[in-house]
Amino acid sequence: MTQLSPMQPTKVDVAVIGAGPAGMAAAVTASKAGLSVALLDEGQSLGGQIYRNIEHGTPFRDGILGPDYVAGRSLAESLRASDVTYLPRTSVWNISTDNMLDLSRDGSSSQLIADKIIVATGAVERPSPMPGWTLAGVTTVGALQILLKASGVVQEDAVLVGSGPLMWLVAAQMISAGTPPKAIVETTPKGRMAQAMPHILKALKGHRYLTKGLSMMRQVRGAGVPIYNAATDIRINGHEIAESVTFVSKGKEHTIRSSHIALHQGVVPNQQVTRLLRCDHKWDASQHCFRPVLDGQGKTSVPDVYVAGDGAGIGGAKSAALMGRLVALAIAQEKGKAAPERVYRLQAALASDGAVRPFLEAMYAPAPQFVKPAKETIVCRCEEVTAGAIEDAVDLGAPGPNQVKSFLRSGMGPCQGRVCGLVVSSIIAERRKASMDETGYYRIRPPLKPIPLSELANFQPLEVAQK
Amino acid sequence: MTQTADLIVIGGGIHGSSTALYAALRGMSVIVIEKDTVARHASGVNAGGVRRLGRHLAEVPLSQHSMEIWYGLQDMLGADCGFQIAPQIKVAETEEELDRHRERVQTLNRMGFYHETILDQAQVRHYLPAVADHVVGGLASLRDGFAQPFWTTTSIARKAAQEGVVFKEGERVLGLKRETDWTVTTDQGTYQATKVLNAAGAWAGALAGSLGEYAPVEAIAPMMIVTARLPKFCDAVVGATGRPLSFKQMPNGTVVIGGGRRGRADTATNKSEMLFPELRNTAATAMDIFPIMRGATIVRSWSGVEGRMPDDIPVLGASAKHEGLYHSFGFSAHGFQMGPGTGEMMAGLIATGATQFDLSAFAIDRFTAE
Repeated sequence: MTQLSPMQPTKVDVAVIGAGPAGMAAAVTASKAGLSVALLDEGQSLGGQIYRNIEHGTPFRDGILGPDYVAGRSLAESLRASDVTYLPRTSVWNISTDNMLDLSRDGSSSQLIADKIIVATGAVERPSPMPGWTLAGVTTVGALQILLKASGVVQEDAVLVGSGPLMWLVAAQMISAGTPPKAIVETTPKGRMAQAMPHILKALKGHRYLTKGLSMMRQVRGAGVPIYNAATDIRINGHEIAESVTFVSKGKEHTIRSSHIALHQGVVPNQQVTRLLRCDHKWDASQHCFRPVLDGQGKTSVPDVYVAGDGAGIGGAKSAALMGRLVALAIAQEKGKAAPERVYRLQAALASDGAVRPFLEAMYAPAPQFVKPAKETIVCRCEEVTAGAIEDAVDLGAPGPNQVKSFLRSGMGPCQGRVCGLVVSSIIAERRKASMDETGYYRIRPPLKPIPLSELANFQPLEVAQK
Repeated sequence: MTQTADLIVIGGGIHGSSTALYAALRGMSVIVIEKDTVARHASGVNAGGVRRLGRHLAEVPLSQHSMEIWYGLQDMLGADCGFQIAPQIKVAETEEELDRHRERVQTLNRMGFYHETILDQAQVRHYLPAVADHVVGGLASLRDGFAQPFWTTTSIARKAAQEGVVFKEGERVLGLKRETDWTVTTDQGTYQATKVLNAAGAWAGALAGSLGEYAPVEAIAPMMIVTARLPKFCDAVVGATGRPLSFKQMPNGTVVIGGGRRGRADTATNKSEMLFPELRNTAATAMDIFPIMRGATIVRSWSGVEGRMPDDIPVLGASAKHEGLYHSFGFSAHGFQMGPGTGEMMAGLIATGATQFDLSAFAIDRFTAE
């Protein structure tokens, strides 16, 4: 039998899940306050998605990815200099109500007890259901960026379809890398600027972000990338493999040939852990996503469970790190430790960093096509369930996503609803004329990530008395 | 305003719903009161085995009766319950285990039941080509099967509603009392009926207790794990003899593994929780009996809240204390197959006061408070 690695503790004051900006900042701050901390992360190295591969930068890659990416390096350095026990390649696949974490690391599973748990699992891309999105060759803009960060590889001939800051950022990075996208099919509906304008004064407080956004857009236009605005009726064509994308822009139908289509509709909190723990969640009508209900210090409705970073609501990397520090300070205080920094300063910085958000949220809210996909569109990719089938199940009497799941198996595949969850809830809400809060979301069941049956057979639970 | 009916059923699981359906077919007016939604707990989230195999001898006649209904259930309901006839097989890993099965078959034959048969080593391989070499034989009931529990229970409820049964979902019973008729008070209203059925599953013990009848129902959380899809290798529902295992490859290729081990159940919060360390042996047993499972990956798990009696057989029949009160609960994690037959039997008992089945083993007064 595999022995527990001597590095792996069995009991800590704080377990932090996720080594992105929020997780790294929370771990360092909690550790500085004198708490024992384990930082658990699925990745090979520090950084999460936003600072992926941050410790292995090259001048060339840093140049492509820009100063906002490079800014993550100091956070990683402070983590390395701290007393935090950092466990890479570790996936937390279950957490039970006695704060016992079931972990898989290098092919074997074990347990860890934590007094406090900080969920810093970040964001996932909002699903972009459309006809043909399950064809091979269709990916997401986020996935293209992962490729770029991890190995410096840029997809050639890619057509980006969607909206939001990340899409423009990745387009600009692809241009800097010398491989511009073949086209950008922008899905932001007409009239969004008018809806966003009431937020512009506040957003100007965060003018750095606006300036960066405008300069990215200028760079993309200046590079001669064809841009199609306010695209609707989008579908991807092909048999098994994507061959082209067809859409309507300015009253005219276009078809662009490419077998690399990257979709994007912004990012939303990754709810898997907080849903597994049955934290209360509430629909955020501005961000168009569920977020966990938190007190001012990141505490959820479940005792000992905290959330920091984009998992609490989308705020970006800088806000995530600030919130990570705040949450760690709250825990330090609760555990009677002296706070190593001032809370009010962090709160002020957080407010200022978030000023641009309402503007962006109004501007880039998902287009109707993605909230209420056409009947024949596959919504749950794992089990191939269409939007129409979900509507039929609602008509048969299924009041929410869990009953629809029992009828149709939607959300029962290997992704556990990570991809389809929000769309399934919104289709049901639309059909029943109910609010998203009334409709709710899938109950998330362990394991959060697939684990081999043989690993379960060899599972090494803690024999210690439960707390 | 007080609503009245001939029968009020408390609990919208498979037992409450099917009793309501058959009572309506007998012409009774019925209201079902369910605190959550129909099929929310054990009736909707069990493993779906439609199993006569290996039942407690007292349950065999009722289980047999239920099986006859199952064969025609989808036609009667006009709905797809995902029901398929399939062998249920308990594999024997030693000669000693096989001998025990032989004795059981003789006992059943003496009672007049012939649905369980012995499989020798070649026969067990015929039905289970992927079974491990060390398996020496098995006990089988070849015309049992499996179904989709949620589809089945909601289809029964839908049919009952078509027959005039009124379902009150999301309504919690606060108390009941009897003067000439029963008055049932919920968090949303009051109801009156001459007859009341307690089919409240894991919550039924508290209900019986509130009426002065002792029923030690333990809330349990059977656990099931599901693998990613595998190539088709098993058509039967499989159990082991000497160690806990229930094993079924679904039509879509996923494999559902359960058996014996329990998670945490909480009737106050409706929640159940997986305890994976308890499943180590189950995982090992599955791999021992089907070597192909060594390459399987678990993608999902679930558990549900179920009511268990100390002797693992249900409470069925009339109250020992109150006229017009009936019980049908505590099926101890094997009530799904019995749902249609028990509902038919209970409806007859409630409507006529009599049944052909011997319910003495299931009487509520077999338990006495300490």
